[in-house]
Amino acid sequence: MVRSHILVCGGTGCTSSNSPAIIQALNEQLEKSGLSEEVKVVRTGCFGLCALGPIMIVYPEGTFYSRVQVDDIPEIVEEHLLKGRIVTRLVYDETVQPNGEVSSLDDTGFYKKQMRVALRNCGVIDPENINEYIAYDGYQALGKVLTQMTPEQVIEEIKASGLRGRGGAGFPTGTKWAFAAAQPKGQKYVCCNADEGDPGAFMDRSVLEGDPHAVLEAMAIAGYAIGADKGFIYVRAEYPIAVHRLEIAIKQARELGLLGNNIFGTDFSFDVELRLGAGAFVCGEETALMTSVEGNRGEPRPRPPFPAVKGLFGKPTVLNNVETYANIPRIILLGADWFRSIGTEKSPGTKVFALGGKITNTGLVEVPMGTTLREIVEEIGGGIPNGKKFKAAQTGGPSGGCIPAKHLDVPIDYENLSAIGSMMGSGGLIVMDEDSCMVDIARFFLEFTVDESCGKCTPCRIGTKRLLEMLDRIVEGKGKPGDIEKMEELCYYIKENALCGLGQTAPNPVLSTIRYFRDEYEAHIYQKTCPAKVCKSLLQYNIRPEKCTGCTLCSRVCPVGAITGTVKNPHTINHDKCIKCGACMEKCRFGAIVKE
Amino acid sequence: MVNIKINGMSLTVPKEMTILEAARTANIEIPTLCYLKEINQIGACRICVVEVKGARTLVAACTYPVAEGMEIWTNTEKVQKARRMTLELILSTHQRHCLSCIRSGNCELQRLCWLFGVDDEEVYDGSNPEYEFDDSAMHMVRNNNKCILCRRCVAACSRLQKVGVIGPNERGFNTHIGCAYDQNLDEVACVSCGQCIVVCPTGAIYEKDQTQKVWDALNDPKKHVIVQTAPSIRATIGEAFGMPVGTDATGKMVAALRRLGFDGVYDTDFAADMTIMEEAHELLERIKNGGTLPLITSCSPGWVKFCEHYYPEFIPNLSTCKSPQQMFGAIAKTWYAQKHNLDPKDIFVVGVMPCTAKKFEVNREDENAAGVPDCDVALTTREISRMIKRAGLDFVNLPDEDFDDPLGESTGAGTIFGATGGVMEAALRTAAYWLTGNDDSAPVDFVEVRGMDGIKEATYKVGDYEINVAVASGLGNADRLLKKIKSGEKKYHFVEIMACPGGCINGGGQPVQPAHVRNFVDLRSLRAAVLYNQDKSDKLRKSHENPMVKMLYDEWFDHPGSEKAHQALHTSYKVRSHF
Repeated sequence: MVRSHILVCGGTGCTSSNSPAIIQALNEQLEKSGLSEEVKVVRTGCFGLCALGPIMIVYPEGTFYSRVQVDDIPEIVEEHLLKGRIVTRLVYDETVQPNGEVSSLDDTGFYKKQMRVALRNCGVIDPENINEYIAYDGYQALGKVLTQMTPEQVIEEIKASGLRGRGGAGFPTGTKWAFAAAQPKGQKYVCCNADEGDPGAFMDRSVLEGDPHAVLEAMAIAGYAIGADKGFIYVRAEYPIAVHRLEIAIKQARELGLLGNNIFGTDFSFDVELRLGAGAFVCGEETALMTSVEGNRGEPRPRPPFPAVKGLFGKPTVLNNVETYANIPRIILLGADWFRSIGTEKSPGTKVFALGGKITNTGLVEVPMGTTLREIVEEIGGGIPNGKKFKAAQTGGPSGGCIPAKHLDVPIDYENLSAIGSMMGSGGLIVMDEDSCMVDIARFFLEFTVDESCGKCTPCRIGTKRLLEMLDRIVEGKGKPGDIEKMEELCYYIKENALCGLGQTAPNPVLSTIRYFRDEYEAHIYQKTCPAKVCKSLLQYNIRPEKCTGCTLCSRVCPVGAITGTVKNPHTINHDKCIKCGACMEKCRFGAIVKE
Repeated sequence: MVNIKINGMSLTVPKEMTILEAARTANIEIPTLCYLKEINQIGACRICVVEVKGARTLVAACTYPVAEGMEIWTNTEKVQKARRMTLELILSTHQRHCLSCIRSGNCELQRLCWLFGVDDEEVYDGSNPEYEFDDSAMHMVRNNNKCILCRRCVAACSRLQKVGVIGPNERGFNTHIGCAYDQNLDEVACVSCGQCIVVCPTGAIYEKDQTQKVWDALNDPKKHVIVQTAPSIRATIGEAFGMPVGTDATGKMVAALRRLGFDGVYDTDFAADMTIMEEAHELLERIKNGGTLPLITSCSPGWVKFCEHYYPEFIPNLSTCKSPQQMFGAIAKTWYAQKHNLDPKDIFVVGVMPCTAKKFEVNREDENAAGVPDCDVALTTREISRMIKRAGLDFVNLPDEDFDDPLGESTGAGTIFGATGGVMEAALRTAAYWLTGNDDSAPVDFVEVRGMDGIKEATYKVGDYEINVAVASGLGNADRLLKKIKSGEKKYHFVEIMACPGGCINGGGQPVQPAHVRNFVDLRSLRAAVLYNQDKSDKLRKSHENPMVKMLYDEWFDHPGSEKAHQALHTSYKVRSHF
């Protein structure tokens, strides 16, 4: 009889901070202590609080240990599991009350305002064991639709739930399914977009790694709804753990007859195949994705025809993203009304965000739609580290926009974000503090889209490149009057004329930063200064003679020999040689070196 | 049918139409660059954008289907500005050597820049990759610095011709068209058909210009320079001088060539008649003696190269007959040389061909009847037109003149070689004559093999024989036909294959017609009609009736298929690698 479970995060974040070694050490230590029969170690998907990894939770107490190292394992086993004494030095400090008692994780700032629907099983079950998924109501929704609902009822339920595509555009999922279902009977396909390409976004990855069956179950439900018997998951080859767990999940589901012929003894058959993407960002665009699945160069094609009419291999296809699918079984089991009770009227449900940048709690959060950016940044995210000031948040990945402090209280949903010049996107949320230069940020994101443009249409291929060159000139101090207007003109042109969503949204970072931080652009162009002191060409490192003690440390760390001076006398920097690496400033113990 | 409004005008159009096609019915031309009807509908260049009521962005008219109640504006300020910016962006990556560009005056990009008033060519100038010329192949040059990435060449190569040796390499701003792994064109299985050239809107791809070699020969007093013109040239050369598509310019062409200073202006049609004599003989021999069937024609060097690369198992089926161009050269350097007391080395044979693969063909092995290459230079219609223009000849107003004797005599059978089905029909005319015991009343018109269908089939009862024939033009169609023959699904005695869709009249060496003509004018039928009209009015319509042909066999070759004929008029093939 197992008396205790230890859940260890096996998500990508914790895996890279070495959670596999911790699992191994745990098992060895438990064996040594003769606890193997009583304590079970489970490798789960992502808990969300990646900043604190590697993470583990010990049940039944629910003790949350963070930043666990292999060396800590003997102590945890000896003290906690053998003697029942919590190792307080490893407990996440937010769960420790002033009186020393350990409180529930759900009461911490990070988790309190979260609501886990798509991520419900991540960090809870062993994703490599289908029985654990089934124990958490897994495949019940599929059973329900196959035995109690008609395809039309399934579509009606999804429509009634108001679920919208979580991949970014927010198209109503039920409507999409209805279009495909309305096509004449024959070969149809269900596709899953697991080509999560936004830098810093990892919500789909976490669902696949933590709860792969949820996606398989939802795809089968979609297959039943539209009359398809075949599904493809297009997943990036850069997600090896996700691919591995999907392979296991598909195999196990087939073994139990949950994929394959005559599922649940009905005449519905459905199977899923994986297709690995080679890492092109544009393959997250639905038509490019399908072109890639077909074996061709991943490039978008014009719409219409839409995939629901003429999709994969020219057949009607439903394509949804991972997070959208992850919501489906819950909606079927708990009903559209339950789903609608979460979130806002036009955007029901929750949304997962990958929180990154200048924020204390880097990680994955799932909140009801309508939560404000302020709640996410300040409460869940734990605010900006080092006492710095919030400057902007970038949502929607490289195609999104930068939201300034004045919009922190806008409730997040599809419409609100696009009204303030950004977009939901797949859910990347990058926080920037006062040290970020918004021109440089725009340049950074645009550089990504320029690099990832497929090169098919003129506006994206050439337009974004020329836009980037203008930004390059501005951050180098070569901006000219009229550049801002010329960039705006080019941005709007690209948005209006590009073939696919990548190009149409590529100018967003530029437009939104011009909109909210025009003064920074003007400072770069007219005063040739970078207010945030980021753009190297526009700043100089200088030594304040009154503070310099002549310790010589700076001249010794300078990689190019740009600093001269004699011992105990103020040093000087030769600006012709200086490469502005900042090494001297970092080393100076007297605050004598300044950027200006 | 759906009801739409274009620029406020109500229209009823078929619901399958795109906005571009619908506008065309109202005589509104929406500009295009990447669009090629049926083979390249990719919406990439964005020149054809229009406003559609309710649409989130501008839409590409070339791919956007009409729908009931749709309201479209094709010329708003927003549309014009967008098109101008697209052109400005394209220009920022385009090598602007427009003054002397081979396509100057005939460049689709140039025309649009003029049309949309692009007055600042440099407004978006920035850094660009520098591409090396690929002049490795015998027949063409690629200069990617002028490429606008419309991908029409890619579509022609892969969709029309099923050759597919070019495609986009790399991505984003570094995208460029080339062979896999950026190999040179001579390292891959390109068949030299030149269909990529005739669809290129700019000067990024063009035939390897060999006009200087011809000027040099013409200026060399020691050389006896003679020219032969392929059957289809007379039907297309007028286009290069602004004459309407489908103009018969035979007489003016001959006059122009004579004025360029050629020592003899001859007709490849004559050699086509010779080809029929040899090929019809070969067909009957194979049928009677159980030889390899179907016999497949070998006049089209693009097709022959395709066969060698992609279907080497059909090499035994290829007729061993040289192409008419090469037969002409062989006769010129043997019989004609002797007749005029010339050293074959001093005869310079120029072919004016509809074809870039002919440039490859003149360099083939086993094509040197007199110990020197049968043919010295193959010029395309475009090159000879440039020579005529440079010489200041007012082509349109030249008098009509006749070919020289003796190699200018031909029949209608030779003339129709220039269109798909023509070789087949010409061969059938002579085969039918022979199989009916030299009956002059044997049929002349074999209409089932005429027309612009990609694949045509017919069965003819000739004498005691029932002959199954098939005709394919365009290598994509050839590919489909060969697959059926290979699988045993189809059995034929005689098959004609032309590399270019529609045959030589639509060859890769023909005058370039811009896409707005190509998409909406049936170039192939109009050009082919010239040849069939000539055939119809010709007194002699069967190759064996050509008196020159008769005389040549009497004097020199003895009879079709003789040893001497084999030495001079037949050739061999070799397996070439697929990759």
